[in-house]
Amino acid sequence: MAIWLDSNSKILVQGMTGSEGTKHTRRMVASGAQVVAGVTPGKAGQEVDGIPVFNDVASAMAQTGANVSVVFVPPKFAKGAVEEAVDASIPLCVVITEGIPVHDTAQFFQYAQNAGSTRMIGPNCPGIISPGQSNAGIIPADITRPGRIGLVSKSGTLTYQMMYELRDIGFSTCVGIGGDPIIGTTHIDCLAAFQEDPETDAIVMIGEIGGDAEERAAAFIADNVTKPVVGYVAGFTAPEGKTMGHAGAIVSGSAGTAAAKQEALEAVGVKVGRTPSATARLMREIMGG
Amino acid sequence: MDLYEYQAKELFIRHEVPTTPGEVCTIPDEAEAVAARIGAPVVVKAQVKTGGRGKAGGVKLADDPADARAKAEAILGMDIKGHTVHRVLVAEASDIAEEYYVSFLLDRANRAFLAMASVEGGVEIEEVAANNPDALVKMRVDALDGVSPSLARDIAAAAGFPESVRGQVADILVDLWRTMVEEDATLVEVNPLVQTPDGRILALDGKVTLDENASFRHPHHETLIDRDGTDPIELRAKALDLNYVKLDGSVGIIGNGAGLVMSTLDVVSYAGEEFGGVKPANFLDIGGGASAEVMANSLDIVLGDPDVQAVFVNVFGGITACDAVANGIVQAIAMLEQRGESVTKPIVCRIDGNNAEEGRRILDEAKHDLIELVETMDDAARRVAELAAARAAGK
Repeated sequence: MAIWLDSNSKILVQGMTGSEGTKHTRRMVASGAQVVAGVTPGKAGQEVDGIPVFNDVASAMAQTGANVSVVFVPPKFAKGAVEEAVDASIPLCVVITEGIPVHDTAQFFQYAQNAGSTRMIGPNCPGIISPGQSNAGIIPADITRPGRIGLVSKSGTLTYQMMYELRDIGFSTCVGIGGDPIIGTTHIDCLAAFQEDPETDAIVMIGEIGGDAEERAAAFIADNVTKPVVGYVAGFTAPEGKTMGHAGAIVSGSAGTAAAKQEALEAVGVKVGRTPSATARLMREIMGG
Repeated sequence: MDLYEYQAKELFIRHEVPTTPGEVCTIPDEAEAVAARIGAPVVVKAQVKTGGRGKAGGVKLADDPADARAKAEAILGMDIKGHTVHRVLVAEASDIAEEYYVSFLLDRANRAFLAMASVEGGVEIEEVAANNPDALVKMRVDALDGVSPSLARDIAAAAGFPESVRGQVADILVDLWRTMVEEDATLVEVNPLVQTPDGRILALDGKVTLDENASFRHPHHETLIDRDGTDPIELRAKALDLNYVKLDGSVGIIGNGAGLVMSTLDVVSYAGEEFGGVKPANFLDIGGGASAEVMANSLDIVLGDPDVQAVFVNVFGGITACDAVANGIVQAIAMLEQRGESVTKPIVCRIDGNNAEEGRRILDEAKHDLIELVETMDDAARRVAELAAARAAGK
């Protein structure tokens, strides 16, 4: 079953005719995902590896039954692309694009909220994969296998690292929620979905410095999650006031430190690993692997 | 990108937020000339990106141009919380009847914006929030609706601004919000917003943080980049489009993906505890799908840092191909040696994921004495900390 993405998902790629869009469309197809359409304004009638390109999301959905969009369009045009997907009421919109101005994200997030029919993942994220079923985004599929662990992470490469470390046990769904200050799907959304998913037995949650999403996730876990959760937080040694790569990863004053996040998670019974490998070992103990 | 006060005020002026006339100066002569032009008592203010300037003696009143010169002389070159003062703002001194506070900021938790206002300005707003939270009004600002005149009046009323100035404050809030949106700022703060004895409202100080992701639609923001406040290696890295932050340790770090690099900093710091407190010298994220050239530039930057004793290349190839990473390492060393610089710093590599086998083969074949392949991230961190400590001790 997995969460939000499964073998029935039909993917359309916004920006498929661009170099990144084409490259990752091929990777998604190779990993077994059903990519049914591309969308690039003005390029209707073209094809990429036999996949038809449409001018707009609504006609792509009408003609192919697509129900997931993956957005690769450049930052300048991302807001328009997402709003178009929302207008077409696509159930899931995965925004891979990095470097979108946060005012744009705030606006298209609010736009999606107001419309109420589209879940947005990202932006600046690697996407979502349900190994063996479908893959919407840029997460490499061949580093892990299907299984019963759910994974949610702000960081792409730490997602890959964890998928690889626990490849013998395998994953139901892995969601890279992205490292921007405003993101459409949060740790809490994923925790709630994994808790409800009968094919997920345990959850790995990866966080990083900045904001208080991990603290809020901890409070949510205390009240709502009965499945075992292990955690990892990156950025213990990051200096105050410096942005560490992700626009959202910045410690300001005493807020947003890794130590505060670890403490909040441990207080609600989440085991937190000191390194990614140590975190994988904690999960291994839970899964008996 | 955080702005200096004088830059924030330039943006205020552009968006019609009333403030006091003034100019930025780098030498006492200029301060004297500016004070003469203003022709009234001035305030000479250190331009540093930290709070508590007043307490540190970085803000002084001057009665006349000669006095402005003397005050500028005293303030320029001062050290305020580790920030050297390179510039002062010389602005008309205004009489103050009341001090208020207003700001707009990005509200990550609610995925919207937040307006904050208080009639208890002029002190650190964190203090007001902690000691007298009722005096600080917070109101959500919807990203699509923005700040309408009626919302601005609601904010001013809720914060308890006197009736006599509410209209002015509301107008300023609308203009500050316009500054926020039109300049793509994530923070616009005025503390203090003052009322003069004759009832005018002015922004006496300003703090603005700009979103660098939006620089493509703000070519003029280029001029706001702070060159003398930035580490020279950071500037060089920026010119090469590398995501680099200078830190104070001795292990150069290169990795792919912000999360993995942050994690690498931690793992090296932990491992470094065993070796007398070895720490990372930098954060460097080569990003997704990095080419051999990006890897070579990165290694060039990191090896060129005199604080670096050993380098840790930590790559998990998702999109990034490990063979490109390995080729980049080999090319960088060849390039440096061609330039006549001998590479003497050990480079510990851990590469996994996409094309990792090929990457390892390339590094094995290069047979460079200083390149060492270690299988896991934790073991590689320990090894690089050990090598950095040994090289530092051998000096």
